[in-house]
Amino acid sequence: MKALDIQGLEKTYANGVRALDGVDLSVEEGDFFALLGPNGAGKSTLIGIVSSLVNMSAGGVRVFDADIARERSRAMSMLGLVPQEVNFNQFERPWDIIINQAGYYGVPRRQAKERCEMLLNELKLWDKRMDLSRELSGGMKRRLMIARAMIHDPRLLILDEPTAGVDIEIRRSMWRYISKINEAGTTVILTTHYLEEAEQLCRNVAIIDHGTIVENTTVKNLISQLDVETFVFDLAEDIAAAPTIEDYEISMRDARTLEISVPKTRPINQLFDALGQAGITVLSMRNKANRLEELFIRLVEKSGPPEEPADVS
Amino acid sequence: MFRDSPTWIGYETIVIKEVTRILRIWVQTIVPPAITMSLYFIIFGNLIGRRIGEMGGFDYMSFIVPGLVMMSVITNSYGNMVSSFFGAKFGKHIEEMLVSPLPNIVILLGYVTGAVFRGLLVGTVVTGVSLFFTDLQIHDFAVTVSVVLLTAIVFALAGMINAIFARKFDDIAIIPTFVLTPLTYLGGVFYSISLLPEFWQTVSRANPILYMVNAFRYGILGTSDVSIGVAFSVIGVFIVALGTICLTLLNRGVGLRT
Repeated sequence: MKALDIQGLEKTYANGVRALDGVDLSVEEGDFFALLGPNGAGKSTLIGIVSSLVNMSAGGVRVFDADIARERSRAMSMLGLVPQEVNFNQFERPWDIIINQAGYYGVPRRQAKERCEMLLNELKLWDKRMDLSRELSGGMKRRLMIARAMIHDPRLLILDEPTAGVDIEIRRSMWRYISKINEAGTTVILTTHYLEEAEQLCRNVAIIDHGTIVENTTVKNLISQLDVETFVFDLAEDIAAAPTIEDYEISMRDARTLEISVPKTRPINQLFDALGQAGITVLSMRNKANRLEELFIRLVEKSGPPEEPADVS
Repeated sequence: MFRDSPTWIGYETIVIKEVTRILRIWVQTIVPPAITMSLYFIIFGNLIGRRIGEMGGFDYMSFIVPGLVMMSVITNSYGNMVSSFFGAKFGKHIEEMLVSPLPNIVILLGYVTGAVFRGLLVGTVVTGVSLFFTDLQIHDFAVTVSVVLLTAIVFALAGMINAIFARKFDDIAIIPTFVLTPLTYLGGVFYSISLLPEFWQTVSRANPILYMVNAFRYGILGTSDVSIGVAFSVIGVFIVALGTICLTLLNRGVGLRT
């Protein structure tokens, strides 16, 4: 069954900006799906429409077969949203925020209290449950929004850049938690700027740019499209100039660092042999950028420069 | 059971949240109107009222009590709705409800109930304060209660419309300052319109607050400048019209959904 089915979705804002231009997208039940795109590509508009915060101009959206235009209540009851910006009452306590959210979804109070306790413990917020939420750290606020989105046990969870601005330790603990939710059967859709996050967590990915889907495939397939990877080599000794090796594009970053683009068809051993013959000793090597990041940049560059200011989504 | 239905649980949640908020910040919600109305009672009722003598067959203090109670109900039900709903919109936590399965009618009813609660709570406190200055005999309990309740609903709905269209905090102060207060003061709170020349009596009859204040005064004192039937009709028309506007705006997502 499709957790999310979007057909011909269009959105033109009152100021004339066309944020979505006929988006077709479907996400299977149980999937861990990444929605990537540069700022202003239409990601947040798309999520806004799915969560009924933005009115669509044309097209259709179904959440587990419930049409959000005709069966809004049924569709929304199956959806949990973790928005990009903090949108809870900062003068309320985490406990009250989550219990109230349960009420909006029709969860009886006793059941809501039990579930709230479980979620606050899992997300390590139990000790903060009676503090004013504005006093929570950035990472705690993000976790509070995840707990709030999970209170009614949604079948589809949408996270709009959930780890933006949080430190790496919290980010990784959030990854573990979101993965656990997905393993338990909840379909997860994630938008993120950290492409490493998408590569590590997600099975399928769509890239949106200028309001259209420019790529929609598995993360594995997408990465296999990468025909050249750029590596950074740290050298043991200074060199005067970059060596010339056939089939490899080599540039010097500084006297002890080389950047080499390696075609996927060429074995890397051959490169090491050639470097050795040139009298260059390599101490270490690393990817210049995350693999998905390289692909993302290429795909987005291919679809051309933005026509409108990037502030609509 | 009805009480277990998601719709009822959603409504109950909004009401509990609103009532808790009102009681939590009682220094802002309950105390100021009590102090303001006490000053009205002292200055207008006691000091100036003694020189005025009788109005509408009652001493001036007794005459203004229903008007002042009604004034506090109007301003507080309106003020609660506009500040709470706009606050939720401004702070973006209205989105918690907008993304939920709650039907718009439930959101509307929940907020109206909260605003009516505050209006009636403050009205009760002001009535209590008035007992320090005069004796109140209720002429018609049913009229008194129904008028005050329906009036609170009218102004809660009006406050919702203001909150929906407001984009900044200035916008929620304009209507109370330039529309609500003048209409309330000119709505027969402090005087009977029978004292006015014929022309101004006719003009006054275009003011809906006149009907609410007078119907409430009838409930307490048994005297009114307007027909009670007409007063109920005016209130009823406003509830239906404002309620329809509110629901239409919520359904279209005006000011709430992009």
